Amino acid sequence: MNMLQACLLLSSALFCIGLVTALSRSNTILVLLGIEIMLNAANLNFIAFWRFSPAGSAPATGVIFVLFSIAVAAAEAAVWLALVIALYRHQQNIRLQEATRLKG
Amino acid sequence: MNLSASSLWLIPALPLLAAAIGALTPRGGRSLASGAAIIAMVGALGLSVAALGTALAHPAAHLTDNFTWFSIGTDAVRLGWLLDPLTAFMAVMVSFVGLLIFIFSLGYMKEDANFTRFFCFLSLFAAAMLGVLVANSLLLVFVCWELVGLASYLLIGFWFHKPSAAAAAKKAFITTRIGDLGLLLGMLWLYHVRGTLLFYDGGNGVLEPSSLALLSHGKIAGGIALSTAIGLLIFCGAIGKSGQFPLHVWLPDAMEGPTPVSALIHAATMVAAGVFLIARVYPLMLADQHLANVSVHALTVVAGIGAITALLGAAIAVGQNDIKRVLAFSTVSQLGYMMLALGVGSWVAAIFHLLTHAFFKALLFLGAGSVIHAAHHEQDMRRLGGLGRRMKITFATFAVGMMALAGVPFLFSGFWSKEGILHAAHAWPVSQLPLIAGLIAVVLTAFYMTRLVAEVFLGSPRSDAASHAHENSPVMTVPLVILAIGAVLLGLIGTPAWPWLQSNLGGVVVPAESIFEGPGLMVLSIVLVCLGLGVGWALYGWRKRRDAFAPDPLAVAMPGVFAALAAKLGFDEFYALTFGRLNQLLAVVADGLDRWVWGGIISGVAWMGEALGTFDREMDESGLNGGFDAASEKLRGVGNAYSRAQTGEAHGYLRTLAVAFVVLALLLLLGGVL
Amino acid sequence: MPLLSFIVFAPWVGAGLLAVLRGAKPAVARGIALAFSLSTLVLGLVVLAGFNPAAPGFQFQESAAWITSLNVHYHLGLDGLSLLLVLLTGIVGPAGLLAAWKQPGSPRAFGILFLILQGSALGVFLALDFFHWFLFWELSLVPVFFLIKLWGGAGAGRAAYQFVIYTLGGSVFMLLGFAAIFAATGTLEFGQLAHLSADGILAGRLSALGHFWPQVVFVGVFLGVAVKVPLFPFHTWLPPAYAEAPVGVSMFLTGVMSKMGVYAFLRILWPIFPGQLHAAAPCLLWLALGGVVLGAFAAMRQTDLKRMIAYSSINHVSYCLLALFAVCAATGHSGISGPAVTAALGGALLQMFNHGLSAAALFFSVGVLESRAGGRRGLDDFGGVRSAAPVFAGLCGIAMFSSIGLPGLNGFVGEFLIFRGVFGLVPWAAAIGCLGLFATAFFYLTFWQRVFHGSRSGAAKGEFADVHGVERVTLIPLIALMIVLGVLPQLLTGLFNPLVTSWVSQIALP
Repeated sequence: MNMLQACLLLSSALFCIGLVTALSRSNTILVLLGIEIMLNAANLNFIAFWRFSPAGSAPATGVIFVLFSIAVAAAEAAVWLALVIALYRHQQNIRLQEATRLKG
Repeated sequence: MNLSASSLWLIPALPLLAAAIGALTPRGGRSLASGAAIIAMVGALGLSVAALGTALAHPAAHLTDNFTWFSIGTDAVRLGWLLDPLTAFMAVMVSFVGLLIFIFSLGYMKEDANFTRFFCFLSLFAAAMLGVLVANSLLLVFVCWELVGLASYLLIGFWFHKPSAAAAAKKAFITTRIGDLGLLLGMLWLYHVRGTLLFYDGGNGVLEPSSLALLSHGKIAGGIALSTAIGLLIFCGAIGKSGQFPLHVWLPDAMEGPTPVSALIHAATMVAAGVFLIARVYPLMLADQHLANVSVHALTVVAGIGAITALLGAAIAVGQNDIKRVLAFSTVSQLGYMMLALGVGSWVAAIFHLLTHAFFKALLFLGAGSVIHAAHHEQDMRRLGGLGRRMKITFATFAVGMMALAGVPFLFSGFWSKEGILHAAHAWPVSQLPLIAGLIAVVLTAFYMTRLVAEVFLGSPRSDAASHAHENSPVMTVPLVILAIGAVLLGLIGTPAWPWLQSNLGGVVVPAESIFEGPGLMVLSIVLVCLGLGVGWALYGWRKRRDAFAPDPLAVAMPGVFAALAAKLGFDEFYALTFGRLNQLLAVVADGLDRWVWGGIISGVAWMGEALGTFDREMDESGLNGGFDAASEKLRGVGNAYSRAQTGEAHGYLRTLAVAFVVLALLLLLGGVL
Repeated sequence: MPLLSFIVFAPWVGAGLLAVLRGAKPAVARGIALAFSLSTLVLGLVVLAGFNPAAPGFQFQESAAWITSLNVHYHLGLDGLSLLLVLLTGIVGPAGLLAAWKQPGSPRAFGILFLILQGSALGVFLALDFFHWFLFWELSLVPVFFLIKLWGGAGAGRAAYQFVIYTLGGSVFMLLGFAAIFAATGTLEFGQLAHLSADGILAGRLSALGHFWPQVVFVGVFLGVAVKVPLFPFHTWLPPAYAEAPVGVSMFLTGVMSKMGVYAFLRILWPIFPGQLHAAAPCLLWLALGGVVLGAFAAMRQTDLKRMIAYSSINHVSYCLLALFAVCAATGHSGISGPAVTAALGGALLQMFNHGLSAAALFFSVGVLESRAGGRRGLDDFGGVRSAAPVFAGLCGIAMFSSIGLPGLNGFVGEFLIFRGVFGLVPWAAAIGCLGLFATAFFYLTFWQRVFHGSRSGAAKGEFADVHGVERVTLIPLIALMIVLGVLPQLLTGLFNPLVTSWVSQIALP
């Protein structure tokens, strides 16, 4: 088992953990944490493929993706924290099951 | 005294001015209105006498003064004044008789609230009538002629609050207008052919030889000369105005007006206008006489109409019970005589009779007015009676008038003028029928006048009104006396012994033989007059009527005939059934055309437009709009269905995401991509 | 000084002023409206003073290029015919406003609409280019619609719609006709079109569009004009419109607007389409006679007095057309009588003016009756009015006899000349037309007998005031004018004699 496979396995595990977290928790913050974990799993994949690809075939592409992804995730976190606070103000808790006002 | 043709307009202008004063005077100004009217008539009389003086100085001349009324394009419509003996004699008669009637009205209309208006209308009438006389243009004659009609309308309807008076006024105007339309057409024709309507215009007038030659030359369809056609159309106007058969029906009804009006308008002057008109255009009427190959001569028709009217009027007068209606039909009959005289070629005899008739008929009407006034407006002779003793002056003057009308020999003017007509009829080469009609009418006239006098003045009073009647004031009796004197003396100027009037009227000296060819006819007519008087006396004078409800002796003797005469031979009913119906029918047709046909077409077009609109709307709503609506309804359903997936639950979405991811991954795996 | 523009636009200026003065008191609004309406008469008299009655052709002309791409000119001009109608408008307009003096509703709005109407009518009489002539012609409909609908009687809505749609319908054909003419000739100026027509160029160019085009265009223009007059049988809009309109508007409609149609016949149709008119004349004569005779007989059956006078208007206006059609029918025949043509055309012009006066006075009189009877105006709603109101009876009687055509009053001269002319041109038509004269007398005297004579009954039974104040001020000048013009027709004929002469000289040429 080479290093790439190990990385991919780790990232898959991370993704599954994130997914399960997002699907199973009712606390909005925890759901969002799960989503962040899934994002990081994807980031790990990018790095792994970049690091273990044949030399010169993909110069720095993976790293750039990841850098962007982290920046976006940070911005996203700011937004979702604001949203969660607004949600709390609105319904006095942050249970995601109860936040169904946007239903069609 | 002299009056030139150029100042002739003053004669009608004076009464016109008085009419204007009367129109503008408020109701209270009684003496102003009547004073102005009477002064104006005195002035007109003076001027007329002056005009007569001028005319008699040149009896054969036609003195004219023509002027332009207005210009139209390069044409000018010209009018003028004409002075000849015919004008002058008529003007003197009209203003003189008019003046007396004006004075009589002072008394007769004293109590009327609209006294000022009455004198305004009377003056208007006098002005228009005098205008007819002095006009030297058929157009001006027509203008004044219509104004005469207006004045007559106003005066007949003077007591307009009475429905019968209002109806009579309308009937008079409408009936005469029928004749006037003929006159208008004749005038238009003449104008078209000759380019002028002036009677005398230094050789260019329509009555002058060059014009007459042209008019009698032209023929129109049916072998009628142009002058005949025009002449007969003009005669239509005379038929209407002079109450000739078949348009005589308005004249008896016109007695609804105040009695002085009946005297002035419907006996003495206005109804004579028709006779005057024919006398005025006599050269035109004569123009076809020399033509042998024409189907009819204008004057033959005139004579025929005149004879029928003379006979018809006299006969109907026999059956009337209203004093004024008897006199009205008598007027119709006498006007028939005049037309007869015109027709048989003696316009001079016609005018002579016109003048004498004006006096004695005005006298009779004013006498009747005096009776009516005294008897509190009782006009039915069956309810009068015995007035001779109570109203001596009225009786005496009325008797004079009656004898003049009946043609009692020698002393009375009516005798001489009637003789003139009968002689002329006798001398007519075409036919003796007019003479026979005239002679029968002589008997009838004497008969009905005897009946009238006997019923009204003799016997005993048959009503309260009659038994309390008193003679009227001098303002009413003096005119009667003056007229009675005239009715006697006027005959003197036209007797065969001294035919002064005849000689001066025509401008040629008339030898006595031409109006008196021998004693035969005169004796015959005297016998006939005596016959009429005698039969009348036998029926009505000998055994006097006891009470108002006793049947008329004639009705006992000949009930059918009397009933027919009393019903005026049914002319009114006949006209109502024919022309009245026709008129209504035309009105209904015209109105119906509008309402149903044209209105229907318009409604049809509108309906079609509306139907198209409705169809269009239906198409839009159910077709086009329906399709769109259905499609958008579908779309909305789809949207609704889809929106059910939007639960708003983030977990649900995530789950779906996850499942979708797994499914995607499986698909890819199974597809062998991974 | 552009006098004619002043005449046309002064009423509009008045309308504008009224529109601006929102808070004006009713009395002020009435005063302003009347003053601007009277401006027509005043300016008309000024023009009359400077008018040279001996000169043929247009005077006081104003011309300016307007829409150069369409060859449209702003062109006003005035000859005897126009002057006559301007003066008539100047008389009937203020009289109509005075008739509406005490009418309910906003006098300001009424004044605005009335002044717009008056200005449009004046524009029609003075414009010499089809473009703005047609604008004026159509613009006149708008105020009439509102005047009838807002101030009219019970059936006013329907009558107003019928009036506007009917006349608009006619005008559409006219507009199309003139569009074709413009396409063919490139000009819309009446004078030039008449010249082109006289030279035969117009017919040639129209034929170039297609074989039937000259006829089609003629029929189109004819329809527009015939509806406006109205010529029998296009007249069915008239009785309801005249009857339902408020009295002042009825006066203007019959006095002035019906003259717009006759004017258009004389100014447009006849000069531009003489050939077609000649060809159609035998048929048109019957239509005019239909108006003369059936109009008068239909009047006999009316129980609404306004409808009766409306029908009498049809009868009277048809006399004008009868004269014109008789001239057209006889045109080109050898031996056509010059004096007859003169009389017919001169009579038609006189009749236009005289009918305007007498019909306006009669409508006004009915208005007086209506005001006393609380809006009723049936033949049977009155009786014995002459006892109650003798002065009114006298004035109304004069107007009535003027309409009957009694000599000595204005109506006679025109009718006599028309009959004299028609008799000289088409004798049988004159003979049939006499029936109309008879029927006119018949129904008017029936009206007089039922309403004025007899004992006081109906609305005249109780309080019935005689004419007073504003009513006298309105009626007496009209009546006085009738008498003056009846005695001195030269006052009017003097204005248009050169015009008539020039018409005759064009026709009577061999």
